[in-house]
Amino acid sequence: MAISKPKHPPLARNDARRERTNDLVLDIAGLNIVSSRQPDAPPLLKGLTLRLKRGEVLGLIGESGAGKSTLGLAALGYQRTGCRYDKGVVRFDDLILQHNDEAMLSSLRGVRMAYVAQSAAAAFNPAHRLGAQITEGARCHATFSRQEAKRRMVSLFRRFDLPEPDRFGDRFPHQASGGQLQRAMIVMAMLCEPQLIVFDEPTTALDVTTQIEVLATIKKNIRAQGSTSALYITHDLAVVAQVADRIMVLKDGMLVEENETSSLLTKPQRPYTKELLSVYQVQRPRGRGTKKGAGVLLRGEGLDAGYGGGTRILEGVRFDVSEHEILGVVGESGCGKSTLARVVTGLLPSREGSLWLGGEELPRRLKRRSKEQLRRVQLVSQIPDSALNPRQKIREALGRPLSYFFPQRRPAEREHRLNELLSSCELDLKVADAFPAELSGGQKQRVCIARALAAEPDIIVCDEITSALDRLIAKGIVELMLDLQKKLGMAYIFISHDLGLVRAISDDIMVMQGGRVLSYGAGSEIEKSKDAYTQKLLRSVPQMRVGWLDEVLQKRG
Amino acid sequence: MAVVRLLATRVFWGIVCLWIISVLIFSATELLPGDLASVVFGQAKTPEAVEALRKELGLDRPPQERYLEWLAAAARFDFGRSLATQRPISQLIGKRLQRTLLLALTTACMAVPLALLVGMLCTLWRDSTFDRAVNTAAVVVISPPEFFTGYFLAFFFAVKLGWFPAVMLTTPSMSFAEVVHAIFLPCVTLLFACFGHMMRLTRAALISVLEDPYIETARLKGLSSRRILLVHALPNAIAPIANVIVINLAYLVVGVIVVETVFNYPGLGKLMVDSISSRDIPVIQACSLIFATTYIVLNLTADLISLLANPKLRHAVAA
Repeated sequence: MAISKPKHPPLARNDARRERTNDLVLDIAGLNIVSSRQPDAPPLLKGLTLRLKRGEVLGLIGESGAGKSTLGLAALGYQRTGCRYDKGVVRFDDLILQHNDEAMLSSLRGVRMAYVAQSAAAAFNPAHRLGAQITEGARCHATFSRQEAKRRMVSLFRRFDLPEPDRFGDRFPHQASGGQLQRAMIVMAMLCEPQLIVFDEPTTALDVTTQIEVLATIKKNIRAQGSTSALYITHDLAVVAQVADRIMVLKDGMLVEENETSSLLTKPQRPYTKELLSVYQVQRPRGRGTKKGAGVLLRGEGLDAGYGGGTRILEGVRFDVSEHEILGVVGESGCGKSTLARVVTGLLPSREGSLWLGGEELPRRLKRRSKEQLRRVQLVSQIPDSALNPRQKIREALGRPLSYFFPQRRPAEREHRLNELLSSCELDLKVADAFPAELSGGQKQRVCIARALAAEPDIIVCDEITSALDRLIAKGIVELMLDLQKKLGMAYIFISHDLGLVRAISDDIMVMQGGRVLSYGAGSEIEKSKDAYTQKLLRSVPQMRVGWLDEVLQKRG
Repeated sequence: MAVVRLLATRVFWGIVCLWIISVLIFSATELLPGDLASVVFGQAKTPEAVEALRKELGLDRPPQERYLEWLAAAARFDFGRSLATQRPISQLIGKRLQRTLLLALTTACMAVPLALLVGMLCTLWRDSTFDRAVNTAAVVVISPPEFFTGYFLAFFFAVKLGWFPAVMLTTPSMSFAEVVHAIFLPCVTLLFACFGHMMRLTRAALISVLEDPYIETARLKGLSSRRILLVHALPNAIAPIANVIVINLAYLVVGVIVVETVFNYPGLGKLMVDSISSRDIPVIQACSLIFATTYIVLNLTADLISLLANPKLRHAVAA
């Protein structure tokens, strides 16, 4: 890291050959970025070419590891630790970015180009007030005077509907919510009216109802700015479809397909793009899975729960799960849905209320439940990494429930059952002798599902089982769960923040907020619910078509 | 107020800690074979004389009673009389504590700013020749024990070159410059013992903060490396840096025991060592208590600084 003084470099040198022939803000050609730690690994970006016109919004889409963030940062001449510039040209406006010319780059950053990070909560310095951080770039580059910067900030706060615009800047980051911080970060990026803003997954860490507000903010203001162009990085096609003029699909550091947004959505050319589009079309196979009117398998009545002596996280929750039924539980972070999973499985004893499993009452505490009761209710949790012991081979992880619940079986039988479980979860039999660290995220989640199946349960509680995975992998997991249910006929409590997904696969849906059930019923009944929050949630789920956001905003007026 | 409550909790536990230490110190001397009375007479004791002295010193009373008396007196800085000199211990300690503090504070005034500055420069010029050279040097000087460093420095700079005195003698009539000259070698010895630790941990704390996402934000705002280090990284590294500095300051006060002996400096450490050889138990108790108090007070200070450096505690969440 070289010391670089915040002085303005000789831009004039370039002004001399200022060409106005093309209207490109960003022109990247043949860009290669490689890993500096593993020189033999395949490059992170392979000969990437990208053009961004003035006032245009270009969406970059792909799964994790596709090189989206690497590309977005390279547009600002920045490489993260572990990444190294190899070759290629990044031309910004009329300048060629020199990746090692810190003085030149820092004179551009924060003034003519800006970055909006995925997690604003982590991207703001906890030690300083928001206002000081937002105006810092303008002050250090002497773009505006302190007063002018502050005036602009307050007017942007007002435009972005932040609370108390005159005093919002006095807050510390921990005194604002995630959605507010994300908007404050966009204010910071837009303060100097840059020519280029890179949005790196700006709404991924937010709940859907917050996401829509931030999306609307971005959409309204990027256009209003006029001369500002943007790169919008996301893994969510439905989101990027709302804001981008053009979309580039990336995979493994290479371009897969590039087209105008509407054409790409309606007429995808490449199989990978088609696959990405298909993640919004999960269908539940209608078959023996959906026998309505079967006996009630699991019933919860008036469940109250909380941690320690603290406040109540669940309040009077009641639900019924019939045999072969899928009950979808949706809500935003903090609504109590994971706590419900803990109460059902006995990990957290409820304070009030009762749970009935096939007519017999389930003890609240895990320790008081019988082996048979434990066997019948199984859990698959959100993060397979923490659910699997890293020092146990998969054989041991799956062998444990087999020997615990079915001690009478002989070793040969167990081995047979183990192989059966692996193949039913579409895993290679060789996986049995691997350690969790050798498997991918999707494979690990399949192992967790196989472990739940090993107990031959009547009901599986799936707590956000797909939210730590890429969309395509997640789709595979959901399809596996549906397939297994069709074959084996158990019931699921499917907990997710993704209302679109829950709606596609569930028989009944339960919408939760603040530990309470707001609406409960079949998908069609939920849609007709009079509850305002349920309606807001329904409206906020991004839809895979151009113009969805505009319609929602229009309806609101 | 969350901060006030947290501070009060820390102070309370500091006091509890001090009380436990006082019990330990008192019971340790209680457990020694033979009591003060037999120590005073040494080989020449007769049972009658010992018994008479026990009565006079009140040693025939139960230990709990004597402990409470000792504690109450110690709280008023009255540690009784020295057995060797019969002078009040508080008088004995006062002057020597001043000299020890002079030595420790002078070293601290050199070591802390130097360690911070060098630590920051190493972070700024990470993996440069400067960084590597300074880190290697820090490990080299921190590794030998102080008595070795002390004699080594004395041998070269006092005996061979004659630049500084090998024995520290300060008198009230000396000017400040003369005092600094007189205590220079012991200061450098102590500096060698604690500088490397402080510098390396300052560097480590800053580098770990530089990995945080908000540093990337600052870089992408086009701020200079210097500004990023001073304005964005340093405030978030205050807590770990304050901790390591304070532990080293406490070490300075206690580390003087060896250095004062090497340079024959009449400070608190030398007093303690002398008292141990003359089995002057009340003086040992008093010195131990002072050293323990220093440790606790300094650690408490580090806790307070860490608490106050945290904006989440200084500014409560807005409604």
